[in-house]
Amino acid sequence: MHAVTGTGAPPITTRGTSVSEAVVVAAGLTKRYGTRTVVDRLSLEVRRGEVFGVLGPNGAGKTTTLRMLLGLVRPTSGSASVLGIPAGQPGAAVGALVEGPGFYPYLSGRDNLRVLAGYTGAPVPRVGAVLETVDLADRARDRYRTYSLGMKQRLGVAAALLSDPEVVVLDEPTNGLDPAGITDMRALLRRLADEGRTVLLSSHLLGEVEQVCDRVAIIAQGRLVTESTVEELRGLGRLEIEAQPLADAAAVVTRLVGGDRVSVVDGVLHVQAEPGEAARLNRALVQADVDVTGLRQTARTLEEVFLEITGDEITGDEGGATV
Amino acid sequence: MTAVLARPAGPMHRVVSVELLKLVRRPATWVLLGLWPSLQMVFALLIPYVSYRRGASFEGSPPEAVLGSTLPDRLVENALSGLPLFGGALLLTLGALLTGSEYGWGTLKTLLAQSPRRVRVLAGQLLALEIVLACTVAVTFLLTAGASALIAGAEGAPADWPDAGAAALGFGGGLLIASTWGVLGMLLGTLLRSTALPIALGLVWLLAIESLVVNVAAPLLDFFDSAQAALPGVNAGSLVAALASPEATLDTPGVAAIVAGPQAAWVLGVFLVGATALTGLLLARRDIA
Repeated sequence: MHAVTGTGAPPITTRGTSVSEAVVVAAGLTKRYGTRTVVDRLSLEVRRGEVFGVLGPNGAGKTTTLRMLLGLVRPTSGSASVLGIPAGQPGAAVGALVEGPGFYPYLSGRDNLRVLAGYTGAPVPRVGAVLETVDLADRARDRYRTYSLGMKQRLGVAAALLSDPEVVVLDEPTNGLDPAGITDMRALLRRLADEGRTVLLSSHLLGEVEQVCDRVAIIAQGRLVTESTVEELRGLGRLEIEAQPLADAAAVVTRLVGGDRVSVVDGVLHVQAEPGEAARLNRALVQADVDVTGLRQTARTLEEVFLEITGDEITGDEGGATV
Repeated sequence: MTAVLARPAGPMHRVVSVELLKLVRRPATWVLLGLWPSLQMVFALLIPYVSYRRGASFEGSPPEAVLGSTLPDRLVENALSGLPLFGGALLLTLGALLTGSEYGWGTLKTLLAQSPRRVRVLAGQLLALEIVLACTVAVTFLLTAGASALIAGAEGAPADWPDAGAAALGFGGGLLIASTWGVLGMLLGTLLRSTALPIALGLVWLLAIESLVVNVAAPLLDFFDSAQAALPGVNAGSLVAALASPEATLDTPGVAAIVAGPQAAWVLGVFLVGATALTGLLLARRDIA
């Protein structure tokens, strides 16, 4: 996928008086269908220019949350706004792909985007630019019904970018993409953020979120479980030290990092430590006449964190671990 | 404080233009809108004329009367007589396809996710449909006029055209009937968020229920006799009957002067406005799943 060109889009006018860092705000969002609560008092803020991931198992309420933020679904209670415009009111500079692409099968990819451009006011040349961005320019004149799943998904992303939006909302953007397409999509998401856009994406692919998101919200059973940076969520990494004598090694390490971060598992010393602490600990052990026969550094994955938080089960899926 | 950023929407002429693109590129539009004038020509002109040429009577009329029914002075009824029934069925189907497909294909969700005003979507669809229907009614009039002129020329019969006022009233009445059916189809498509069920229900109403009320129930019970005056098909048929020339025999199914022309036009107008308002309300208020 190529660089996003933001030229020629309709101008954005500022009607407010000040600028806040939070461009997407949800406050106590709740959606009930009958007696079933799909989203329960969910509050979150997405800051300008960040890639924000909404994580959760299937049925957690991710898509419903995005639909409420975009005004497609009315919340039972609570409120939401994008760029200061209440959800459901028109005019927010937002582009979105929600729950898979939906286009006219008898129209070409180009004509489908022309239809959207007519409503959003995007200039016609912008259609070609976003088709280039998602690598669909050479199939632009083909009917949508002839597209593969991955091509349909890319056209959906192109639609989201069509109006040169300040906020891009993508629901499971890598669905249907092949490995190369997934890599391209990650690069595109980062590039969008580098251009100053705010990206809000939902996914059940933890690897995808881990690699591209600045911050994530984890949702389970409609509730916000946590909202944090990926680094904060992963917390401290782990060092596994094999050393003799083990007791002396434990004593040295405990003195340096504190007893609450040290444990012995199957004759191996486990230390919760920042990555930079490995060399310092190794040096201290050698100076204390401890033979260090092995030192491995392991980091907690978001997957492990997610399972700790939600207690859900991992199942295999395309492109990485899923929940 | 939060900054409020508003993006200007596309101008309405672009909205209508892309809605026209959708309609014109859709094969179903050509099939449905092509069928109506074709059927109209076949049943209003071709079959009666062939019948006349063979010297046979047609539905009890002598051959000369059959020829007279195909001549230019009958332009309005020959262009519109199918509209209350089979033309209406085709246009109701088109309306249901126009809105119902948007749910099935997920295109309404894709569009509304880009934050346009919902009422603009309906306005764009309605205006595009009106343009297409106006063109179709005009084409039907032109084809009918052309065929009637050919018949008159071939048979050496007089080519007495209706005056411009009658033709304009005919065109307006035809457009009103066509629009009412189209918008009722749009309402059903929006209400049921699909295509198959709205089309089926619309056709059952149009071809079965109204026919049973008019032909079976109304002659037997006063309630149905009064109630039929509020049915869209009955009013469409009455309007065509009112617009027809005084000499017209009005033997096309669905065309009967059950209510007066002005009343029929008002009732159809109420259906048109009511269905538009209800469609707009549904579109504006409901969740897009």
